[in-house]
Amino acid sequence: MAYKVIEPETRKLVCNKCQQELVLAEAEASYLGAKFEIELMKCPKCGLVYVPGSLATGKMEQVELSREDK
Amino acid sequence: MLMDRQRVRDRENQCIQEQPPTCTATCPIHVDARGMIASIRKKDFSAAFAILNRFVPYPRIISRICEHPCQGECKRNEVGETIQINALERAAVDYSTKRASGITFSSRKTQRIAIVGSGLSSLTVAFDLATKGFSVVLFEAADRLAGRLRELGEERLPQQAIDDDLAVLKDLSVEVRLNARVGEGADAAASLSALTEEFDAVYLGAGPDGAASFAHELALNEGGRIAIDSLTFATSNPKVFAGGSQRYAPAAFSAITSMYDGRYAVLSIERLFQKASLSANRDQQGAFATKLFTSLKGIAPAGATLMAVPEQGYSREEAIAEAERCIHCECLECVKVCEYLAAFKSYPKRYIRELYNNYCIVLGVHMANKLLNSCAECGLCGTVCPEKLDMGDYIRYTRQATVEIDKMPPSVHAFALRDMAFSTGEQFALARHQPGHDASRYVFYPGCQLSASSPNQVFRLYEHLQQKLEGGVGLMLGCCGAPADWSGRENLFKETIAAVQKQWQGLGSPQVITACSSCYRAFKNFAPTMPIESLWTVLDQVGLPASATPRAAKTVAIHDACATRHDNGVQDSVRHLLEKLGVQVTELEDNRSLTTCCGYGGLMSFGNPEVAEKVIDRRVQESEADYLTYCAMCRDNFAGKGKRSYHLLDLICGDEDDPARKGPGYSQRHENRAKLKTRLLREMWGENVVEEKEPYELIITPEVAQLMEKRMIMVEDMRKVIAHAESTGEKILDTTTGRFLAAFRPVSVTYWVEYSVEGTKIVAYDVYSHRMEVR
Repeated sequence: MAYKVIEPETRKLVCNKCQQELVLAEAEASYLGAKFEIELMKCPKCGLVYVPGSLATGKMEQVELSREDK
Repeated sequence: MLMDRQRVRDRENQCIQEQPPTCTATCPIHVDARGMIASIRKKDFSAAFAILNRFVPYPRIISRICEHPCQGECKRNEVGETIQINALERAAVDYSTKRASGITFSSRKTQRIAIVGSGLSSLTVAFDLATKGFSVVLFEAADRLAGRLRELGEERLPQQAIDDDLAVLKDLSVEVRLNARVGEGADAAASLSALTEEFDAVYLGAGPDGAASFAHELALNEGGRIAIDSLTFATSNPKVFAGGSQRYAPAAFSAITSMYDGRYAVLSIERLFQKASLSANRDQQGAFATKLFTSLKGIAPAGATLMAVPEQGYSREEAIAEAERCIHCECLECVKVCEYLAAFKSYPKRYIRELYNNYCIVLGVHMANKLLNSCAECGLCGTVCPEKLDMGDYIRYTRQATVEIDKMPPSVHAFALRDMAFSTGEQFALARHQPGHDASRYVFYPGCQLSASSPNQVFRLYEHLQQKLEGGVGLMLGCCGAPADWSGRENLFKETIAAVQKQWQGLGSPQVITACSSCYRAFKNFAPTMPIESLWTVLDQVGLPASATPRAAKTVAIHDACATRHDNGVQDSVRHLLEKLGVQVTELEDNRSLTTCCGYGGLMSFGNPEVAEKVIDRRVQESEADYLTYCAMCRDNFAGKGKRSYHLLDLICGDEDDPARKGPGYSQRHENRAKLKTRLLREMWGENVVEEKEPYELIITPEVAQLMEKRMIMVEDMRKVIAHAESTGEKILDTTTGRFLAAFRPVSVTYWVEYSVEGTKIVAYDVYSHRMEVR
């Protein structure tokens, strides 16, 4: 699954620990032995990833459920 | 545990939905009259004709002269008058716009068969063998075919109908030899022995008086006719088969019997060529008693449609009217009463196979997981099934097997199992003797869901039981393991039940009194050494608390609990108690053993919330009256759909009795259980319980609370996220809102909370979760 999450430009997310602004970067999502490439907002320093609610309760949930039926 | 194929097959065969209706079963050649009539009902006479023609090679003949044994057994007869099936066959013939239904031929075979005579049995043999690819030569002594049929009279069977039907023989390339008598003498075309030499098999349709010509070649029976096996149509010569009126004389000519003889003589001829047993597997040959059950409930009596001009048969409109009278026999008793079985648009026989195939998939998508996890396992289907097939039992078995091979979708039951773990864990579980006692003659087991829904009532009932019962009433808080059982976690269920039993033994093996029907059922079936009694039966015996004052003019409709659908004693006790409370009772039409699930059983509401909602909707619409339940989940589920519902304890305890109140949410249910335990320990056993103080106040708006219920996220999950974020600093600041976004993954689910810190308060704005691991 290649999935791109474009954050609204008005939203500025900052990693609390590193005080770095999150940027769109490669991330990896895995479930039940399957791995998916995904672009998400990430802290460029520590790698903390932000998963937006719309993704978690949308596409991500769909993929989870379909993996569970494999 | 692997699924046992024989068990699967046995269950599959238990479902009678695919058994033929009586008309088909009674017809010697099993014409699909129901299907034909359904086509007429749809005004498609050509389709009706095609169905008839698929079974009957000569539809014009049979639709005029069949003795129609089918009509004698028609279920419509019990509500009005039998369906005029034969007249509808004629209508199918008369109004079809297609004259033949398109014959399909099998590949050419090498064998050649001689047929002697051209009555209906011989003609059927010719048709069947020719379509199967055999070479057929028909010998007829007279100068035309079907001589006796032609003597029935123009009104009964027009010559044109015969000619039209027999035209098919040409299409089939059947070689017809007229003026070709088979027998002895100089004028004979061939002798029987010559035919057996030249051909691979012979069929003899000698007519009622035709024995004499073959008397010295074939053995005769006591009546002086050719000895013919009534099952296989074999004669004393292994290559010669015979049937038709020679076989069943002196009984009168029967068109359908002759056709039957021909059809099954062909089966024997094929078996002769295959060197297979002639007699094996013929138990459903000819008329048999079907197992199909068809309810006549709600079917208005109606007599047969009359013909305006009887000689012409039904008009199109008359035929359609008559077809509409057909009740289209089928069972579906379980599907009619169960939203789950109805939701997947088929019936148990198919479901059983589908579920087994789903279980067997090694690589690929398990398409039937939803089917597997939507059943309430409530046992209603098994109760209404004429064959007592319990799909719930099969579902339970299949879920166990699916868990065993690690193919159960992890998310379906995870939340319910977590809830169960909470109830069997430190925060709720408890086993004590009555305060001031060191032995227990009884032990009260309220169950986890009542404790979650109505903790105060549990407290008060426990007080009451202590006052009324001698010898010590212990208390056990916990979970019977029903969620583990429902979810197919066989081992977890066994462990849970065993742990309950161990606690019970620790209290001296007292009499168990439970307020929960699911616990009652679980203990009764899986912990048979534990003597179990329902709270309702005990209260009926020892009397009600003083708070239980009679209520004037309240009328309720009882919804019985599905887990105790077969326990009349429990159901009677509930009714006695209501009588004592002065409550008027109206009975729902389907109650006691026919009661429905409330959508919680079998963890249906987790596996398929949509179907669970349908189950509740259907139930709450059955009566205008307020409902009375004696299961906490039933009450909360009904009330959740806006149905005013009491729990029996609402009336007994006299408080918390607003039937419109919604049940507590998931988090509140945990909290209620934990608080009940704390309160009991403090107030009954006088213990000093120290409650952990939360470091901050968490503000949850009604909108967030709604999201939490929908997404099955607990307050404790949110607190873990915030605690983790605040202690490690791992959180994201949304600079546009000033709120934090933080995640935590305790085990297999990542929870996210969007929140802000306002002094000592934390305000939550959003909460969600995912099972994927992201890095």
